[in-house]
Amino acid sequence: MSDTKRPVLEVRNLSVTLPAGADRVHAVEKVSFTVNPGEIVCLVGESGSGKSVIAFTVMGLLAKALKPTSGEILLEGENILTVGETRLRELRCTRMSMIFQEPMTALNPVMTCGQQIDEVLETHTQLDQAARKAKIIAILDRVKLPEPERIYASYPHQLSGGQRQRIMIAMALVLDPVLLIADEPTTALDVTTQAEILKLIAELQTLEGTGVLFITHDFGVVAEIAHRVAVLRWGELVEMGPTEKILSRPEHGYTKMLISSVPSIHPAHRGVRKDGPTVLRTEKLGKTYSGNAFFQKARVVKAAVDVNLDIRRGETLGIVGESGSGKSTVARCIARLIDPSEGKIFLGDTEIATMKAGKLRPHRRRVQIVFQDPYRSMNPRITVGDSIIEGPMNFGLKREEALARARGLMETVRLDPNSLDRFPHQFSGGQRQRICIARALAMEPELLIADEAVSALDVSVQKQVLELLDEIRVRLNLAVLFITHDLRVAAQICDYVAVMSKGRVVEYGSAEQVFGAPKDDYTKALFAAAPGRHWEFGKFAA
Amino acid sequence: MLDFIIRRLIAVIPVLTVVAVFVFLMLRLTPGDPAAVIAGDNATSDQIDDIRRKLGLDEPIWTQFVIWIGNMLQGNFGESFFFKKTVAELIAQRIEPTLALAVCTLIFAVALSVPLGVLAAYRQGSVLDRVVMGFSVLGFSVPGFVIGYCLIYIFAIELGWLPVQGYVRIGVNFWGFLERMVLPSLTLSVGFIALISRITRASVLEVLNEDYIRTARAKGLSNRVVLMRHALRNAAVPILTVIGLGIAILIGGAVVTESVFGLPGLGRLTVEAVLSRDFPTIQTVILMFSVVYVVINLLIDISYTLFDPRIRY
Repeated sequence: MSDTKRPVLEVRNLSVTLPAGADRVHAVEKVSFTVNPGEIVCLVGESGSGKSVIAFTVMGLLAKALKPTSGEILLEGENILTVGETRLRELRCTRMSMIFQEPMTALNPVMTCGQQIDEVLETHTQLDQAARKAKIIAILDRVKLPEPERIYASYPHQLSGGQRQRIMIAMALVLDPVLLIADEPTTALDVTTQAEILKLIAELQTLEGTGVLFITHDFGVVAEIAHRVAVLRWGELVEMGPTEKILSRPEHGYTKMLISSVPSIHPAHRGVRKDGPTVLRTEKLGKTYSGNAFFQKARVVKAAVDVNLDIRRGETLGIVGESGSGKSTVARCIARLIDPSEGKIFLGDTEIATMKAGKLRPHRRRVQIVFQDPYRSMNPRITVGDSIIEGPMNFGLKREEALARARGLMETVRLDPNSLDRFPHQFSGGQRQRICIARALAMEPELLIADEAVSALDVSVQKQVLELLDEIRVRLNLAVLFITHDLRVAAQICDYVAVMSKGRVVEYGSAEQVFGAPKDDYTKALFAAAPGRHWEFGKFAA
Repeated sequence: MLDFIIRRLIAVIPVLTVVAVFVFLMLRLTPGDPAAVIAGDNATSDQIDDIRRKLGLDEPIWTQFVIWIGNMLQGNFGESFFFKKTVAELIAQRIEPTLALAVCTLIFAVALSVPLGVLAAYRQGSVLDRVVMGFSVLGFSVPGFVIGYCLIYIFAIELGWLPVQGYVRIGVNFWGFLERMVLPSLTLSVGFIALISRITRASVLEVLNEDYIRTARAKGLSNRVVLMRHALRNAAVPILTVIGLGIAILIGGAVVTESVFGLPGLGRLTVEAVLSRDFPTIQTVILMFSVVYVVINLLIDISYTLFDPRIRY
């Protein structure tokens, strides 16, 4: 197929306009780049940079409100901006394919995986049923799914996230397209699964000489997989070049800022204090979920088993683990948002694991949580000021005093105190997360729990929020429990780290110890899977 | 699954108990004496007392209730005060027109409203969408008997295409049966069509925003396949739910529709029984309606599993 070095995809001067009333005129403005056969090109950028818009424009799947207004998109020389809908349908999955971010929702839940791949062959080929089935089994085998026959007959919900993404890849590659567009295909996956999927994409792509347009916000992934990188900001292409050059010798200020915001995987030397009084201690904490059925045997899920942790004042303890490891369950038990099934939780000297709701109320103030998604953890119908003062007023503070406190806190989180009467939708994601932190601090807690509090934020904003959290911890001498799946973030903010897997703490120690010399096999595997772990981001050559 | 069915059937018991107590009390606490109705205008008070004694209405209310429930549990639905037949016989006689009307209406409504709803969703904001949604508002707001008389006026009186009223048994003359079913089912289905097309539209619209619809498009499938194979089946569960809930509308509507079109069904029987204070008949018919309602909704819940493999009971 690679008879000439003609690019599989050539984007020339592409502009896409946003509907009137948006914050800017163009979603994408005058962007040009090429993808050659056998090459992986990464489009990197923060949210709103237009990277996904480019991907969808190439597939012809753009939302109706967005219109490409100028430029050309040449797929093997054919301008797909000018071809009709019928031709576009012919090209999809035969010449160009796409895989998406959320493998959980990208497959139709009411059709078997086999049927969903079969549809592609049914639409685009003349093969009879036996030939189609053989081809599907072969591709399932190639994406390394175990027992292809069983997978063929399975519904998506019976498979794991990684397996579903493999199905998507199989579906995309079954007809050997020349171009694969991957829109954040590993963002929703656990780090170990992510490593496997990245490896699979790279392998298949090398084998077939497929050109890949890979969209991501994660420089770790870029370092892992890309041949060339294009950096986007506000719809404009800022800088493009070979991966090695962009990562080590970026020219544009924005690229430099972006790359140096990536937290290092080597723990910062924070100097662990060991003198503060213990704020929180759990003893054999456990949570078991059991479904109750009349006649069948009840299903039992042990979400957390034998968890022993302690946090002293002024200290940050991180719990890291993959999805389903029980890290959020532990956090929710400690905040008594759910009731633990076994064990004890000491908040100072008070045991709260088994305390009745009425007695627990005064202690609620002492533990506060900041949640993952700043877009959904604030009531959109009340002002941020009211959100912040609601808690203190419940505990008896007068409105004026609470408002005074809220104004002070807005300054602490570096927001304008005069914006207390605004509504959450008037703030950006990073600002909302600051407001959530202020809301938690308004209760003057002893323990602050951050449950994936920076995971939904862009890397540059993430950096600022992390710095803010750490600064607040020092200033207020707070104990912080930091839940995260992101090893890089954990390395930068935690004094101590507990690694959880399948409900158990498998390794627990100071950050230097856990990151520097992990003992447990699972911890080692986790670190080995972290994308771009060989790169020290932000150490640029002169 | 069996576990689920048994639990749901057990849950029917409290529902029926509440309905039974409620119906029983309502009938006895509202004014109107069945004995006086039966005895006629010229009866003496002795005669009325006599009739009342024969019907067991002189007993205290709670004794009457216990006797009635006892009989019901033994499968004895009692004897109609008015029609001089057992209630079981009466229902057997009257069930065919109602059943026929309900089935025709359901087929008619589903066959029309689901495609309309899907099209309206697919062409959201188009003229077709607005016409369908406008019709559905109209269908909700115009009462059944008005629609019935309008249809009779147009199709039976002015155009003379169809008979005005009456019923022919399905076994006697199938063509005659169909002819007489068209207008009543049309009348009864108007509200139903309005409801189902609206829900279908909303449900399909929601599904069309799902990621797997985008995946289906990215596969190069045609719009028709995306809509019918991927969207509709995923939208089915809410549609089915509403069809189940709509059975209640159907039962209520049958009373009016049967009266307008002179169908000798259970709806008419209910009206007649209420007017003549025929306690045993009213109680049994209403209890039967509740059982039908609960069982149909159970069947609908079970049918979810056919559409969505993730649902397991």
